[in-house]
Amino acid sequence: MVVKARSNLRLETRQSVIGWAFVIPAALLIFVFYFYPIARALVLSFQTGIGANMQFAGLANYRRLLSDNVFKTSLVNVLTFLALQVPVMLTLALALAYMLHDKRLRFRAFFRTAIFLPCATSLVSYSLIFRSMFSLDGFVNALLINLDLITQPINWLANPWTAKIVIVLALTWRWTGYNMIFYLAALQNIDSSIFEAAVIDGAGALSRFFRIAVPMLKPIILLTAIISTNGTLQLFDETYNITNGGPANATISISQYIYRLSFQYSPRFSYAAAISFVVFVLVAVLAMIQMKVGDER
Amino acid sequence: MIKTRLASILKYTFLFAVALISIFPLLWMFISATNTSGDVLGGRLLPGTNLVANYQALIARAEVGQALWNSFRNAIVATIASLAVCSIAGYGFEVYHDRGKDFLMRVLLLSMMIPFAAIMIPLFMMVGRLNLLSTTTAFVLPTLATAFLIFLFRQSARYFPKDIIESSRLDGLSELGIFLRMYIPVMRSTYATAGIITFMAAWNNYLWPLIIMQNAESRTMPLLLSNLVAGYVTDYGLLMLAISISVLPTVIIFLLLQRSFAEGIVVSVK
Repeated sequence: MVVKARSNLRLETRQSVIGWAFVIPAALLIFVFYFYPIARALVLSFQTGIGANMQFAGLANYRRLLSDNVFKTSLVNVLTFLALQVPVMLTLALALAYMLHDKRLRFRAFFRTAIFLPCATSLVSYSLIFRSMFSLDGFVNALLINLDLITQPINWLANPWTAKIVIVLALTWRWTGYNMIFYLAALQNIDSSIFEAAVIDGAGALSRFFRIAVPMLKPIILLTAIISTNGTLQLFDETYNITNGGPANATISISQYIYRLSFQYSPRFSYAAAISFVVFVLVAVLAMIQMKVGDER
Repeated sequence: MIKTRLASILKYTFLFAVALISIFPLLWMFISATNTSGDVLGGRLLPGTNLVANYQALIARAEVGQALWNSFRNAIVATIASLAVCSIAGYGFEVYHDRGKDFLMRVLLLSMMIPFAAIMIPLFMMVGRLNLLSTTTAFVLPTLATAFLIFLFRQSARYFPKDIIESSRLDGLSELGIFLRMYIPVMRSTYATAGIITFMAAWNNYLWPLIIMQNAESRTMPLLLSNLVAGYVTDYGLLMLAISISVLPTVIIFLLLQRSFAEGIVVSVK
């Protein structure tokens, strides 16, 4: 009995050790390529200088941020995209998912595939397609002129607000289907008898949507809001390829500013690191606020 | 009755409009690849006869073959390597779970909060110091292990029957043997899902290669595309053909494996 217990114990220890051997390589990689760099970014942000000549600079980089107009512009731009784009996209995705959830809907598979299709394109590819369509002599202007909606072509990408709108349209085109898939999956998890009972009680489609679907999907709506917020704060491929941040920084994103500071002119890694760290804090704080709000309601 | 008819008409009109808008830019891209730059700008919506000329102009201007091969090689290596590393870790976290490993998993999940923009400079410096600039290794390293993939495989290991593990042990299979010969074959669909996500992400990755691929021979497809609009005059027929070439593989994967693709997106829902 004692012998058996001991050998069992040894077996468990052996298995636990093997388990550690399975998980350690991946864990090490995450420490080296996520946790170490974010700590390094923090250290870097308190330094100044280039290469081997780094000196402690205290909060100098962060103080400089406060009076950096390009940084402020990039922050406002990203928050503008966030405020204009994310609510519209998530509402649209939710409405589409609700319509497509209906098993009696005709052409259901076609709608689903079509709306989901933009997800198959890379960010650079679709950005360049949108850039071409919205260029001064591009397809959109040709279409609008042919339809007699405008007489002069609109210089979409050269005007601060229309350039922002093109970015918002592009983002919405690419990501609505993606979010719809989340909602469709979550709707499938809701017991259909709940909807059936509501029908019997005389609830219309709209009230079923607002009274049942939306409340039950709250956790998933929150999740998609966090994913979108995170993505928008890190926006790069689209603004870099559609407008290159222009005109006059009207669409520059924070990531693009970091890239510009680090790799386009003489490298200013430590100052860029300070901005990087601000992005990290923003992402973390916004995610926490959204979680908190989700808890309360 | 009339009211419901009207609602139904409105609904279908709306859905067809959204579907059309979703498909149109890609359709326009494929059509434009066969037209001259002038026709593309003029708004021509019919296939033209300029495909061959666009192709010749494209290969004369950019190393498309090289870029395609680079993208393909990087994406395949990234996919195989990270599936190997993350699947065994996810399996380990579930099957041998104890307090220590559960705690470690929670710590690893925190890495999902770290935006790439926040770590790209230190990562670039690390890769530079290791003399790995312009290499596949540098491309692969930062995303070799991701908390997301580990989490995905841990979730799937949860549905892996414990009886199989027990009986394999009695049959004298080693712990690694159980993972390799029992878990992997049973979890093929999880591997497919994880593989698609990883391949697509690597194929489409832009910012990281933009920073690290510093010589022309190491350039990937997204970098090549982005360079095509760098000049003063853009040849739109040529550009649309290049984008079509880059998008075609992922669109085909998407159309063939839509289910796995959607599954990959929603694992976090369940």
